[in-house]
Amino acid sequence: MSDREPVIRVRGLARSFGENRVLAGVDLEVGPAENVVVLGRSGSGKSVLIKIIVGLLAPDAGVVEVFGQDVHRLRPRELDAIRVRIGFSFQSSALYDSMNVRENLEFPLRMNRRGLTEGAVRDAVNEALDAVGLAGAIDQMPSELSGGQRKRVGIARTLILNPEIMLYDEPTAGLDPNTCGEINELILRVREKYHTSSIIITHDLTCAKVTGDRVAILLDGVLFRIGTFESVFADPDPRIRSFYDYNFVTKATS
Amino acid sequence: MPRSRSLLSPGVDRFLAAVGDGSEFVVRFFGSFWRPPWHVREVIRQCFEVGVRSLPLISLTGFITGIVFTKQSRPSLAAFGATSWLPSLITLALVRSLAPLVTALVCTGRVGSSIGAELGSMKVTEQIEAMEVSAINPFKYLVVTRTLATTLMVPVLTIYCCFVGLTGSFLNVAGNEAQSLQAFVKSGFAQISFLDLWSSVAKSFIFGFTIGIIACYQGFHASKGTEGVGRAANASVVLAMFAVFIEEVLIVQVIHWLRSV
Repeated sequence: MSDREPVIRVRGLARSFGENRVLAGVDLEVGPAENVVVLGRSGSGKSVLIKIIVGLLAPDAGVVEVFGQDVHRLRPRELDAIRVRIGFSFQSSALYDSMNVRENLEFPLRMNRRGLTEGAVRDAVNEALDAVGLAGAIDQMPSELSGGQRKRVGIARTLILNPEIMLYDEPTAGLDPNTCGEINELILRVREKYHTSSIIITHDLTCAKVTGDRVAILLDGVLFRIGTFESVFADPDPRIRSFYDYNFVTKATS
Repeated sequence: MPRSRSLLSPGVDRFLAAVGDGSEFVVRFFGSFWRPPWHVREVIRQCFEVGVRSLPLISLTGFITGIVFTKQSRPSLAAFGATSWLPSLITLALVRSLAPLVTALVCTGRVGSSIGAELGSMKVTEQIEAMEVSAINPFKYLVVTRTLATTLMVPVLTIYCCFVGLTGSFLNVAGNEAQSLQAFVKSGFAQISFLDLWSSVAKSFIFGFTIGIIACYQGFHASKGTEGVGRAANASVVLAMFAVFIEEVLIVQVIHWLRSV
Protein backbone atom coordinates (compact mmCIF):
# COMPACT_ATOMS: atom_id res chain seq x y z
CA MET A 1 0.00 0.00 0.00
CA SER A 2 1.49 3.36 -1.00
CA ASP A 3 1.60 6.36 1.36
CA ARG A 4 -1.05 8.28 -0.60
CA GLU A 5 -3.57 5.48 -1.02
CA PRO A 6 -6.80 5.74 0.97
CA VAL A 7 -6.66 3.94 4.30
CA ILE A 8 -10.43 3.38 4.20
CA ARG A 9 -12.30 2.65 0.98
CA VAL A 10 -16.06 2.00 1.05
CA ARG A 11 -17.91 1.02 -2.11
CA GLY A 12 -21.63 0.44 -2.66
CA LEU A 13 -22.32 -0.19 1.01
CA ALA A 14 -25.91 -1.19 1.78
CA ARG A 15 -27.54 -2.25 5.02
CA SER A 16 -31.16 -2.71 6.08
CA PHE A 17 -32.80 -3.44 9.41
CA GLY A 18 -36.00 -5.30 8.57
CA GLU A 19 -37.90 -3.12 6.13
CA ASN A 20 -35.83 -0.05 6.98
CA ARG A 21 -33.08 0.49 4.41
CA VAL A 22 -30.54 2.59 6.30
CA LEU A 23 -27.61 2.56 3.87
CA ALA A 24 -28.37 2.28 0.18
CA GLY A 25 -25.04 2.45 -1.62
CA VAL A 26 -22.47 4.49 0.29
CA ASP A 27 -19.14 5.28 -1.38
CA LEU A 28 -16.38 6.92 0.65
CA GLU A 29 -12.61 7.17 0.72
CA VAL A 30 -10.48 8.48 3.57
CA GLY A 31 -6.87 9.37 2.91
CA PRO A 32 -3.85 9.23 5.25
CA ALA A 33 -4.10 11.76 8.12
CA GLU A 34 -7.39 13.05 6.74
CA ASN A 35 -10.41 13.93 8.87
CA VAL A 36 -13.72 13.20 7.15
CA VAL A 37 -16.91 14.26 8.90
CA VAL A 38 -20.15 12.42 8.14
CA LEU A 39 -23.17 14.54 8.92
CA GLY A 40 -26.75 13.42 8.97
CA ARG A 41 -29.98 13.41 10.91
CA SER A 42 -30.54 11.07 13.85
CA GLY A 43 -31.31 7.58 12.58
CA SER A 44 -29.83 8.26 9.15
CA GLY A 45 -27.30 5.42 9.51
CA LYS A 46 -24.14 7.36 10.38
CA SER A 47 -23.21 5.11 13.30
CA VAL A 48 -24.13 2.02 11.28
CA LEU A 49 -21.59 3.12 8.67
CA ILE A 50 -18.63 3.18 11.11
CA LYS A 51 -19.80 0.01 12.86
CA ILE A 52 -19.67 -1.74 9.49
CA ILE A 53 -16.22 -0.29 8.82
CA VAL A 54 -14.86 -1.75 12.06
CA GLY A 55 -16.64 -5.07 11.50
CA LEU A 56 -19.20 -4.80 14.32
CA LEU A 57 -22.02 -5.07 11.79
CA ALA A 58 -22.06 -6.94 8.49
CA PRO A 59 -23.23 -5.16 5.34
CA ASP A 60 -25.98 -6.54 3.10
CA ALA A 61 -23.95 -5.46 0.06
CA GLY A 62 -20.81 -3.55 -0.77
CA VAL A 63 -17.14 -3.65 0.14
CA VAL A 64 -15.21 -2.08 3.01
CA GLU A 65 -11.43 -2.03 2.65
CA VAL A 66 -9.25 -0.89 5.53
CA PHE A 67 -5.52 -0.73 4.85
CA GLY A 68 -6.31 -2.46 1.53
CA GLN A 69 -8.00 -5.46 3.16
CA ASP A 70 -11.67 -6.36 2.80
CA VAL A 71 -12.79 -6.25 6.43
CA HIS A 72 -15.72 -8.60 5.93
CA ARG A 73 -13.68 -11.33 4.28
CA LEU A 74 -11.05 -11.55 7.00
CA ARG A 75 -10.69 -14.38 9.52
CA PRO A 76 -11.29 -13.39 13.17
CA ARG A 77 -7.56 -13.21 13.92
CA GLU A 78 -6.88 -11.08 10.82
CA LEU A 79 -9.80 -8.81 11.72
CA ASP A 80 -8.37 -8.37 15.23
CA ALA A 81 -5.03 -7.36 13.71
CA ILE A 82 -6.86 -4.60 11.80
CA ARG A 83 -8.94 -3.57 14.82
CA VAL A 84 -5.83 -2.97 16.91
CA ARG A 85 -4.93 -0.29 14.36
CA ILE A 86 -8.36 1.36 14.63
CA GLY A 87 -9.57 3.44 17.56
CA PHE A 88 -13.33 3.63 18.09
CA SER A 89 -14.76 6.34 20.31
CA PHE A 90 -18.32 5.42 21.28
CA GLN A 91 -21.16 7.90 21.64
CA SER A 92 -21.79 6.59 25.16
CA SER A 93 -18.00 6.41 25.81
CA ALA A 94 -18.55 2.71 26.73
CA LEU A 95 -16.09 2.82 29.63
CA TYR A 96 -15.95 -0.42 31.65
CA ASP A 97 -17.86 0.71 34.70
CA SER A 98 -16.41 -1.95 37.00
CA MET A 99 -12.88 -0.59 36.38
CA ASN A 100 -11.32 2.75 37.29
CA VAL A 101 -9.76 5.00 34.65
CA ARG A 102 -6.31 3.39 34.97
CA GLU A 103 -7.74 -0.12 34.57
CA ASN A 104 -9.89 0.99 31.63
CA LEU A 105 -6.75 2.10 29.83
CA GLU A 106 -4.61 -0.84 30.91
CA PHE A 107 -7.16 -3.44 29.84
CA PRO A 108 -6.80 -3.23 26.01
CA LEU A 109 -3.04 -2.81 26.37
CA ARG A 110 -2.55 -5.89 28.57
CA MET A 111 -4.83 -7.96 26.32
CA ASN A 112 -3.13 -6.96 23.07
CA ARG A 113 0.50 -6.42 24.06
CA ARG A 114 1.23 -9.36 26.30
CA GLY A 115 4.64 -9.35 27.88
CA LEU A 116 4.83 -5.60 28.50
CA THR A 117 6.55 -4.67 31.75
CA GLU A 118 4.58 -2.92 34.50
CA GLY A 119 6.65 0.20 33.87
CA ALA A 120 5.84 0.23 30.17
CA VAL A 121 2.11 -0.17 30.91
CA ARG A 122 2.25 2.66 33.47
CA ASP A 123 4.07 4.94 31.02
CA ALA A 124 1.60 4.21 28.23
CA VAL A 125 -1.37 4.95 30.50
CA ASN A 126 0.16 8.21 31.69
CA GLU A 127 1.00 9.27 28.13
CA ALA A 128 -2.52 8.56 26.86
CA LEU A 129 -4.11 10.40 29.78
CA ASP A 130 -1.74 13.33 29.28
CA ALA A 131 -2.74 13.46 25.62
CA VAL A 132 -6.38 14.00 26.61
CA GLY A 133 -5.52 16.28 29.54
CA LEU A 134 -6.88 14.00 32.26
CA ALA A 135 -3.81 12.84 34.17
CA GLY A 136 -5.49 13.73 37.47
CA ALA A 137 -8.43 11.39 36.94
CA ILE A 138 -6.39 8.20 36.84
CA ASP A 139 -7.86 6.61 39.96
CA GLN A 140 -11.44 7.76 39.47
CA MET A 141 -14.32 5.47 38.57
CA PRO A 142 -16.29 6.21 35.36
CA SER A 143 -19.35 7.08 37.46
CA GLU A 144 -17.38 9.93 39.06
CA LEU A 145 -16.54 11.56 35.71
CA SER A 146 -18.47 14.23 33.82
CA GLY A 147 -19.76 13.57 30.30
CA GLY A 148 -16.81 15.41 28.71
CA GLN A 149 -14.29 13.59 30.89
CA ARG A 150 -15.85 10.24 30.00
CA LYS A 151 -15.50 11.08 26.30
CA ARG A 152 -11.87 12.00 26.79
CA VAL A 153 -11.09 8.85 28.76
CA GLY A 154 -12.84 6.86 26.00
CA ILE A 155 -10.55 8.50 23.45
CA ALA A 156 -7.49 7.91 25.67
CA ARG A 157 -8.40 4.22 25.89
CA THR A 158 -8.25 3.98 22.10
CA LEU A 159 -5.05 6.05 21.85
CA ILE A 160 -3.17 3.67 24.13
CA LEU A 161 -2.86 1.20 21.25
CA ASN A 162 -1.46 3.94 18.93
CA PRO A 163 -4.23 3.65 16.32
CA GLU A 164 -3.73 4.72 12.72
CA ILE A 165 -7.45 5.32 12.21
CA MET A 166 -9.91 6.96 14.61
CA LEU A 167 -13.66 6.54 14.31
CA TYR A 168 -15.58 9.02 16.45
CA ASP A 169 -19.27 8.37 17.02
CA GLU A 170 -20.99 11.64 17.98
CA PRO A 171 -18.01 12.96 19.98
CA THR A 172 -19.81 16.13 21.08
CA ALA A 173 -23.32 14.78 21.64
CA GLY A 174 -24.83 15.80 24.96
CA LEU A 175 -22.00 18.14 25.93
CA ASP A 176 -22.08 21.87 26.71
CA PRO A 177 -20.57 24.25 24.10
CA ASN A 178 -17.31 24.76 26.03
CA THR A 179 -16.72 21.03 26.42
CA CYS A 180 -17.63 20.54 22.75
CA GLY A 181 -14.89 23.01 21.88
CA GLU A 182 -12.39 21.08 24.01
CA ILE A 183 -13.35 17.80 22.33
CA ASN A 184 -12.98 19.40 18.88
CA GLU A 185 -9.50 20.60 19.82
CA LEU A 186 -8.68 17.16 21.16
CA ILE A 187 -9.68 15.55 17.85
CA LEU A 188 -7.31 17.90 16.02
CA ARG A 189 -4.52 17.29 18.58
CA VAL A 190 -4.92 13.53 18.19
CA ARG A 191 -4.50 13.81 14.44
CA GLU A 192 -1.44 16.00 14.87
CA LYS A 193 0.23 13.78 17.47
CA TYR A 194 -0.72 10.31 16.23
CA HIS A 195 -1.10 11.13 12.48
CA THR A 196 -4.46 9.37 12.43
CA SER A 197 -7.03 9.31 9.67
CA SER A 198 -10.47 9.86 11.13
CA ILE A 199 -14.14 9.54 10.39
CA ILE A 200 -16.16 11.78 12.66
CA ILE A 201 -19.86 11.04 12.90
CA THR A 202 -21.82 14.02 14.12
CA HIS A 203 -24.78 16.31 13.59
CA ASP A 204 -22.89 19.20 15.17
CA LEU A 205 -21.89 21.59 12.36
CA THR A 206 -19.38 23.45 14.52
CA CYS A 207 -17.59 20.16 15.17
CA ALA A 208 -17.75 19.42 11.43
CA LYS A 209 -16.37 22.83 10.48
CA VAL A 210 -13.54 22.77 13.03
CA THR A 211 -12.38 19.16 12.69
CA GLY A 212 -13.20 18.12 9.13
CA ASP A 213 -10.94 18.36 6.09
CA ARG A 214 -13.94 17.11 4.14
CA VAL A 215 -17.59 16.88 5.04
CA ALA A 216 -20.08 14.34 3.72
CA ILE A 217 -23.85 14.53 4.15
CA LEU A 218 -25.69 11.24 4.59
CA LEU A 219 -29.19 11.55 3.19
CA ASP A 220 -31.60 8.77 2.24
CA GLY A 221 -28.92 6.14 2.67
CA VAL A 222 -26.29 7.69 0.39
CA LEU A 223 -23.58 10.30 0.80
CA PHE A 224 -25.41 13.13 -0.89
CA ARG A 225 -22.58 15.71 -0.98
CA ILE A 226 -18.88 15.37 -0.19
CA GLY A 227 -16.39 18.22 -0.12
CA THR A 228 -15.07 21.02 2.02
CA PHE A 229 -17.46 22.45 4.59
CA GLU A 230 -17.88 25.65 2.57
CA SER A 231 -18.52 23.89 -0.74
CA VAL A 232 -21.06 21.48 0.73
CA PHE A 233 -23.02 24.20 2.50
CA ALA A 234 -22.95 26.47 -0.53
CA ASP A 235 -25.44 23.97 -2.00
CA PRO A 236 -28.91 25.50 -2.24
CA ASP A 237 -30.64 22.14 -1.66
CA PRO A 238 -33.30 22.83 1.01
CA ARG A 239 -32.41 19.67 2.99
CA ILE A 240 -28.83 20.89 3.39
CA ARG A 241 -29.90 24.46 4.03
CA SER A 242 -32.30 23.45 6.80
CA PHE A 243 -29.49 21.55 8.50
CA TYR A 244 -27.24 24.59 8.33
CA ASP A 245 -29.94 27.07 9.36
CA TYR A 246 -30.87 25.08 12.45
CA ASN A 247 -27.27 24.66 13.63
CA PHE A 248 -26.18 28.24 13.07
CA VAL A 249 -29.56 29.83 13.81
CA THR A 250 -29.49 31.89 10.62
CA LYS A 251 -33.23 31.56 10.14
CA ALA A 252 -35.48 33.40 12.54
CA THR A 253 -38.04 31.24 14.31
CA SER A 254 -41.51 32.66 14.56
CA MET B 1 -36.46 -8.26 -0.02
CA PRO B 2 -38.57 -11.42 0.45
CA ARG B 3 -40.45 -11.56 3.74
CA SER B 4 -39.92 -14.68 5.78
CA ARG B 5 -43.09 -16.60 6.45
CA SER B 6 -44.03 -18.16 9.75
CA LEU B 7 -44.25 -21.96 9.51
CA LEU B 8 -46.34 -22.57 12.64
CA SER B 9 -47.09 -19.43 14.62
CA PRO B 10 -44.93 -16.43 15.46
CA GLY B 11 -44.68 -17.60 19.09
CA VAL B 12 -43.48 -21.09 18.12
CA ASP B 13 -41.07 -19.58 15.58
CA ARG B 14 -39.62 -17.29 18.26
CA PHE B 15 -39.27 -20.23 20.66
CA LEU B 16 -37.52 -22.37 18.05
CA ALA B 17 -35.26 -19.47 17.09
CA ALA B 18 -34.32 -18.99 20.77
CA VAL B 19 -33.58 -22.73 21.12
CA GLY B 20 -31.41 -22.54 17.99
CA ASP B 21 -29.57 -19.45 19.26
CA GLY B 22 -29.08 -21.02 22.67
CA SER B 23 -27.69 -24.24 21.17
CA GLU B 24 -25.33 -22.21 19.00
CA PHE B 25 -24.19 -20.35 22.13
CA VAL B 26 -23.42 -23.65 23.90
CA VAL B 27 -21.55 -25.01 20.86
CA ARG B 28 -19.58 -21.75 20.70
CA PHE B 29 -18.61 -22.18 24.36
CA PHE B 30 -17.22 -25.66 23.75
CA GLY B 31 -15.46 -24.44 20.63
CA SER B 32 -13.83 -21.56 22.55
CA PHE B 33 -12.96 -22.60 26.09
CA TRP B 34 -10.01 -24.85 25.28
CA ARG B 35 -8.39 -22.35 22.89
CA PRO B 36 -5.95 -19.68 24.16
CA PRO B 37 -5.98 -17.04 25.55
CA TRP B 38 -7.43 -18.58 28.74
CA HIS B 39 -7.76 -15.47 30.93
CA VAL B 40 -6.77 -17.49 34.00
CA ARG B 41 -6.75 -14.43 36.27
CA GLU B 42 -10.32 -13.57 35.29
CA VAL B 43 -11.45 -17.18 35.84
CA ILE B 44 -9.92 -17.09 39.35
CA ARG B 45 -11.61 -13.74 40.05
CA GLN B 46 -14.94 -15.13 38.91
CA CYS B 47 -14.42 -18.31 40.99
CA PHE B 48 -13.94 -16.03 43.99
CA GLU B 49 -17.12 -14.11 43.12
CA VAL B 50 -19.15 -17.29 42.64
CA GLY B 51 -17.58 -19.45 45.33
CA VAL B 52 -16.37 -17.38 48.25
CA ARG B 53 -19.10 -14.75 48.06
CA SER B 54 -21.80 -17.45 48.05
CA LEU B 55 -20.48 -19.10 51.22
CA PRO B 56 -22.58 -17.16 53.77
CA LEU B 57 -25.83 -17.87 51.90
CA ILE B 58 -24.96 -21.53 51.29
CA SER B 59 -23.98 -21.91 54.95
CA LEU B 60 -27.30 -20.52 56.13
CA THR B 61 -29.53 -22.40 53.68
CA GLY B 62 -27.58 -25.68 54.04
CA PHE B 63 -27.62 -25.54 57.84
CA ILE B 64 -31.34 -24.71 58.00
CA THR B 65 -32.15 -27.41 55.43
CA GLY B 66 -30.31 -29.99 57.56
CA ILE B 67 -32.07 -29.00 60.79
CA VAL B 68 -35.56 -28.58 59.30
CA PHE B 69 -35.44 -31.78 57.26
CA THR B 70 -34.33 -33.74 60.33
CA LYS B 71 -37.00 -32.14 62.50
CA GLN B 72 -39.77 -32.75 59.96
CA SER B 73 -38.75 -36.36 59.29
CA ARG B 74 -38.62 -37.39 62.97
CA PRO B 75 -42.41 -37.78 63.60
CA SER B 76 -42.85 -40.10 60.58
CA LEU B 77 -39.94 -42.32 61.67
CA ALA B 78 -40.94 -42.14 65.35
CA ALA B 79 -44.34 -43.67 64.44
CA PHE B 80 -42.44 -46.85 63.52
CA GLY B 81 -39.90 -46.50 66.31
CA ALA B 82 -37.23 -45.94 63.68
CA THR B 83 -35.66 -42.61 64.67
CA SER B 84 -32.28 -44.35 64.56
CA TRP B 85 -32.67 -44.24 60.77
CA LEU B 86 -32.66 -40.44 60.80
CA PRO B 87 -28.91 -40.03 60.07
CA SER B 88 -29.10 -42.44 57.16
CA LEU B 89 -32.27 -40.83 55.75
CA ILE B 90 -30.90 -37.30 56.00
CA THR B 91 -27.50 -38.22 54.56
CA LEU B 92 -29.08 -40.01 51.62
CA ALA B 93 -31.42 -37.09 50.93
CA LEU B 94 -28.72 -34.46 51.26
CA VAL B 95 -26.10 -36.25 49.20
CA ARG B 96 -28.40 -37.48 46.46
CA SER B 97 -30.65 -34.48 45.95
CA LEU B 98 -31.00 -31.77 48.57
CA ALA B 99 -27.45 -30.40 48.60
CA PRO B 100 -27.08 -30.20 44.79
CA LEU B 101 -30.55 -28.70 44.39
CA VAL B 102 -30.33 -26.20 47.25
CA THR B 103 -26.87 -25.09 46.08
CA ALA B 104 -27.99 -24.78 42.47
CA LEU B 105 -31.08 -22.77 43.40
CA VAL B 106 -29.13 -20.44 45.70
CA CYS B 107 -26.48 -19.92 43.00
CA THR B 108 -29.16 -19.33 40.39
CA GLY B 109 -30.63 -16.55 42.49
CA ARG B 110 -27.37 -14.99 43.63
CA VAL B 111 -24.93 -15.65 40.81
CA GLY B 112 -27.22 -16.13 37.80
CA SER B 113 -29.06 -12.86 38.33
CA SER B 114 -25.79 -11.04 38.95
CA ILE B 115 -24.16 -12.35 35.76
CA GLY B 116 -27.30 -11.68 33.71
CA ALA B 117 -27.54 -8.11 34.98
CA GLU B 118 -23.80 -7.41 34.65
CA LEU B 119 -23.50 -8.64 31.07
CA GLY B 120 -26.88 -7.12 30.17
CA SER B 121 -25.72 -3.76 31.44
CA MET B 122 -22.44 -4.11 29.53
CA LYS B 123 -24.38 -4.99 26.38
CA VAL B 124 -26.77 -2.04 26.44
CA THR B 125 -24.00 0.45 27.29
CA GLU B 126 -21.84 -0.79 24.37
CA GLN B 127 -19.08 -2.09 26.68
CA ILE B 128 -19.17 -5.47 24.94
CA GLU B 129 -18.77 -3.76 21.55
CA ALA B 130 -15.93 -1.70 23.03
CA MET B 131 -14.13 -4.94 23.87
CA GLU B 132 -14.70 -6.28 20.39
CA VAL B 133 -13.27 -3.21 18.67
CA SER B 134 -10.24 -3.40 20.98
CA ALA B 135 -9.56 -6.86 19.48
CA ILE B 136 -10.60 -8.57 22.72
CA ASN B 137 -12.94 -11.52 22.25
CA PRO B 138 -15.84 -10.68 24.62
CA PHE B 139 -17.22 -14.20 24.39
CA LYS B 140 -13.97 -15.63 25.71
CA TYR B 141 -13.39 -12.92 28.28
CA LEU B 142 -16.92 -12.67 29.64
CA VAL B 143 -18.85 -15.85 28.80
CA VAL B 144 -16.19 -18.55 28.96
CA THR B 145 -14.66 -17.26 32.21
CA ARG B 146 -17.99 -16.88 34.03
CA THR B 147 -19.40 -20.20 32.82
CA LEU B 148 -16.19 -22.00 33.80
CA ALA B 149 -16.35 -20.38 37.23
CA THR B 150 -19.93 -21.51 37.89
CA THR B 151 -19.17 -24.99 36.50
CA LEU B 152 -16.19 -25.37 38.84
CA MET B 153 -17.60 -23.67 41.92
CA VAL B 154 -21.13 -25.14 42.16
CA PRO B 155 -19.77 -28.67 42.85
CA VAL B 156 -17.44 -27.29 45.54
CA LEU B 157 -20.33 -25.38 47.10
CA THR B 158 -22.49 -28.51 46.89
CA ILE B 159 -19.96 -30.53 48.90
CA TYR B 160 -19.78 -27.67 51.40
CA CYS B 161 -23.60 -27.44 51.55
CA CYS B 162 -23.76 -31.17 52.21
CA PHE B 163 -21.26 -30.83 55.05
CA VAL B 164 -23.10 -27.87 56.62
CA GLY B 165 -26.49 -29.58 56.21
CA LEU B 166 -25.20 -32.73 57.92
CA THR B 167 -23.78 -30.58 60.72
CA GLY B 168 -27.22 -29.02 61.24
CA SER B 169 -28.82 -32.44 61.16
CA PHE B 170 -26.29 -33.87 63.64
CA LEU B 171 -26.89 -31.03 66.09
CA ASN B 172 -30.61 -31.75 65.98
CA VAL B 173 -30.13 -35.51 66.32
CA ALA B 174 -27.57 -35.05 69.10
CA GLY B 175 -29.99 -32.79 70.97
CA ASN B 176 -32.98 -35.11 70.63
CA GLU B 177 -31.58 -38.62 70.43
CA ALA B 178 -28.31 -37.98 72.30
CA GLN B 179 -26.41 -39.66 69.48
CA SER B 180 -22.63 -39.28 69.24
CA LEU B 181 -20.91 -37.82 66.20
CA GLN B 182 -19.19 -41.13 65.50
CA ALA B 183 -22.50 -43.01 65.55
CA PHE B 184 -24.14 -40.35 63.38
CA VAL B 185 -21.41 -40.55 60.74
CA LYS B 186 -21.28 -44.34 60.79
CA SER B 187 -25.02 -44.73 60.51
CA GLY B 188 -25.37 -41.85 58.03
CA PHE B 189 -22.82 -43.08 55.53
CA ALA B 190 -23.67 -46.78 55.81
CA GLN B 191 -26.15 -46.49 52.94
CA ILE B 192 -24.10 -44.11 50.76
CA SER B 193 -22.49 -45.69 47.71
CA PHE B 194 -19.77 -44.42 45.43
CA LEU B 195 -22.44 -43.91 42.76
CA ASP B 196 -24.34 -41.54 45.10
CA LEU B 197 -21.27 -39.37 45.65
CA TRP B 198 -20.14 -39.46 42.05
CA SER B 199 -23.57 -38.70 40.62
CA SER B 200 -24.09 -35.83 43.05
CA VAL B 201 -20.84 -34.15 42.06
CA ALA B 202 -21.44 -34.81 38.35
CA LYS B 203 -24.93 -33.37 38.66
CA SER B 204 -23.51 -30.25 40.31
CA PHE B 205 -21.11 -29.71 37.40
CA ILE B 206 -24.09 -29.83 35.03
CA PHE B 207 -26.11 -27.45 37.24
CA GLY B 208 -23.18 -25.05 37.45
CA PHE B 209 -22.70 -25.05 33.71
CA THR B 210 -26.43 -24.52 33.16
CA ILE B 211 -26.58 -21.54 35.53
CA GLY B 212 -23.53 -19.90 33.97
CA ILE B 213 -24.37 -20.41 30.32
CA ILE B 214 -28.02 -19.35 30.68
CA ALA B 215 -27.10 -16.19 32.62
CA CYS B 216 -24.38 -15.31 30.09
CA TYR B 217 -26.73 -15.95 27.16
CA GLN B 218 -29.42 -13.73 28.63
CA GLY B 219 -26.96 -10.95 29.42
CA PHE B 220 -25.24 -11.19 26.06
CA HIS B 221 -28.58 -10.86 24.25
CA ALA B 222 -30.04 -8.06 26.36
CA SER B 223 -31.58 -5.14 24.50
CA LYS B 224 -33.87 -2.16 25.04
CA GLY B 225 -31.88 -0.28 27.70
CA THR B 226 -32.40 -0.66 31.42
CA GLU B 227 -35.62 -2.59 30.89
CA GLY B 228 -33.59 -5.17 28.97
CA VAL B 229 -31.08 -5.45 31.83
CA GLY B 230 -33.90 -6.23 34.27
CA ARG B 231 -35.34 -8.76 31.86
CA ALA B 232 -31.96 -10.43 31.38
CA ALA B 233 -31.47 -10.77 35.15
CA ASN B 234 -34.99 -12.10 35.63
CA ALA B 235 -34.84 -14.52 32.71
CA SER B 236 -31.45 -15.79 33.93
CA VAL B 237 -33.01 -16.86 37.23
CA VAL B 238 -36.31 -18.22 35.90
CA LEU B 239 -34.85 -20.18 32.99
CA ALA B 240 -31.92 -21.56 35.00
CA MET B 241 -34.23 -22.74 37.82
CA PHE B 242 -36.53 -24.37 35.27
CA ALA B 243 -33.57 -26.04 33.54
CA VAL B 244 -32.09 -27.25 36.84
CA PHE B 245 -35.37 -28.97 37.81
CA ILE B 246 -35.71 -30.59 34.38
CA GLU B 247 -32.09 -31.79 34.57
CA GLU B 248 -32.67 -33.13 38.09
CA VAL B 249 -35.60 -35.23 36.86
CA LEU B 250 -33.61 -36.58 33.91
CA ILE B 251 -30.45 -37.27 35.92
CA VAL B 252 -32.42 -39.09 38.63
CA GLN B 253 -33.79 -41.40 35.91
CA VAL B 254 -30.29 -42.09 34.59
CA ILE B 255 -28.90 -42.75 38.09
CA HIS B 256 -31.83 -45.00 38.86
CA TRP B 257 -31.12 -46.96 35.71
CA LEU B 258 -27.40 -47.17 36.55
CA ARG B 259 -28.25 -48.43 40.04
CA SER B 260 -30.43 -51.17 38.61
CA VAL B 261 -27.89 -52.56 36.10
